[in-house]
Amino acid sequence: MGPFLQYTVIGLTVGSFYALVALGYTIVYGIIRLINFAQGDLSMVGAFIGWTLLVSLGLEHLPLFLAIVVAFVVPMLGTAIVNLGILQFAYKPLLNRSLLAILITALGMSLVLQNGSELIWGPAIEAYPPNLLPAEGMFLGPVHVTYVQIALVVVSLLLMGGLVAFVQGTTLGTAMRALAVDHDAARLMGINVNQVIRLAFVLGAMLAAASGVMLGLYYVQIQFTMGFLLGLRAFTAAVLGGIGNIPGAMAGGMLIGLLEAYTTGYLSGKWEDVIVFGVLITVLVVKPTGLFGERVAERM
Amino acid sequence: MAVLEVRDLHVFYGNIEALKGISLQADAGQIVAILGGNGAGKTTTLRTISGLLRPRSGSITCNGKSLVGLSAHGIVAMGISHVPEGRRIFNVLTVEENLNLGGYLIRSDRAMVQQRKGAIYALFPRLLERRMQLAGTLSGGEQQMLAIGRAIMSDPKVLMLDEPSLGLAPILARSVLRTVREIADRGTTVLLVEQNARQALTIAQRAYVIEVGRIVLEGEASELAKDERVQKAYLGGFEAVSSASPEP
Ligand SMILES: Nc1ncnc2c1ncn2[C@@H]1O[C@H](COP(=O)(O)OP(=O)(O)OP(=O)(O)O)[C@@H](O)[C@H]1O
Ligand SMILES: [Mg+2]
Repeated sequence: MGPFLQYTVIGLTVGSFYALVALGYTIVYGIIRLINFAQGDLSMVGAFIGWTLLVSLGLEHLPLFLAIVVAFVVPMLGTAIVNLGILQFAYKPLLNRSLLAILITALGMSLVLQNGSELIWGPAIEAYPPNLLPAEGMFLGPVHVTYVQIALVVVSLLLMGGLVAFVQGTTLGTAMRALAVDHDAARLMGINVNQVIRLAFVLGAMLAAASGVMLGLYYVQIQFTMGFLLGLRAFTAAVLGGIGNIPGAMAGGMLIGLLEAYTTGYLSGKWEDVIVFGVLITVLVVKPTGLFGERVAERM
Repeated sequence: MAVLEVRDLHVFYGNIEALKGISLQADAGQIVAILGGNGAGKTTTLRTISGLLRPRSGSITCNGKSLVGLSAHGIVAMGISHVPEGRRIFNVLTVEENLNLGGYLIRSDRAMVQQRKGAIYALFPRLLERRMQLAGTLSGGEQQMLAIGRAIMSDPKVLMLDEPSLGLAPILARSVLRTVREIADRGTTVLLVEQNARQALTIAQRAYVIEVGRIVLEGEASELAKDERVQKAYLGGFEAVSSASPEP
């Protein structure tokens, strides 16, 4: 029982990172039916901007709270600008073209971000300040939970809660959901469709960047290739939850995180990807609309 | 003065010319009916006015200001609202959310949004009862009420309706058209596309008849209702039908 609960804690922590990236996939897909394969790499870019601030620019020596706030906010803004650039220059000209053209472009953008980051930050593995956050934790029964784990999960949940409140509770958020159904009808409401698409790209990038910084804080090591597997796992999470479905992306992220933690715990880390992508293929074959996919089916 | 004026509008789908020089105008508070058979170009006309389609040539003005080249959302902001063919309500949103989106452009003025929603619920009490229900679960008639309510949330100068009575039982169709009359009586100019020519002509002041992309007849609604060609083509014997159903 002890190990199981311990793996569960790890799974939920990692799962919350996947959930954030998966939300980016899902928000953008919901609006323009585009799988933004650069999503995981946006997370990597966020991680590097955060690293630059904390390590290169020495923010780690500031008071902890201030350092952390800046290390989240600036990468979120920076990555949002990167994603807007991708939208404007790569996707926008293709939006009315074939799906295949957009899909290949999205894969290309993933590579552009990876290689661009390699040029800027180099190919070496960099390290977040390992002692920035307290290493202590506490025992919940037999399970040891670090304060960092708690903090990361709480921040993720706050971000997700904020997103849900925005999408469900504001007229702008309602406009995002309306776009998922009918672009022309949305235009007739006076909605500036391009503006709402940009908003989706900004939100997706901000969530990805936040997860990137969290990954840096949690695992310490970052590298320009880290977004690739992260993106694929988060994509699996989004598909698992029913792509286009916001609560689905969150649940999917948590499920993939748990699956990964149990696999690593009970089998071996080597099996992680086999299991995770086995799930992706199974879902695609057996229930392509995902576990919570009714709403996508409704829209198709 | 004409609130809405369209001159010599030419619209193409690829190489196919769907509108071959349409001109029409609507004055303040008037209901102007556009009649015509399937594929005549009625929907194309409305979609071009609301900016969903771009004309190849021709002019569209609202109170003297040109609408050509504006984005669809910009045209809504100019005071033109369009209830599209097939209603196109947002099925996965609630009735209330659909209305909120109708007030998208005034969303920062919450009091105004509330006030207009109140007015629409007064006009369509059925919507008030169902405000938290998903729009997709409404009956056809209720969906049409919602589509109209959503379109007048922006308090438009011009309301364009594309076959609002389509698919409704005769009683409901009449009640929808009566509501359109009420909306026009409050000063909104209405452009009404209808297959239901008989009823459209009873509530309209002016009417145009379109055939394959051209206006073939225009004039006072009451005159057109008596026109032999209109009776033959669109009314199926106007007198006979009108005496069979007790229309006020
Ligand atoms: N998206 C499109 N692509 C190509 N041609 C189109 C398109 N939409 C309409 N058309 C053509 O343009 C012409 C006018 O169509 P439109 O929909 O405006 O007619 P309508 O008068 O609204 O007919 P209905 O009463 O059937 O709704 C028709 O010949 C139609 O086939
Ligand atoms: Mg039509």
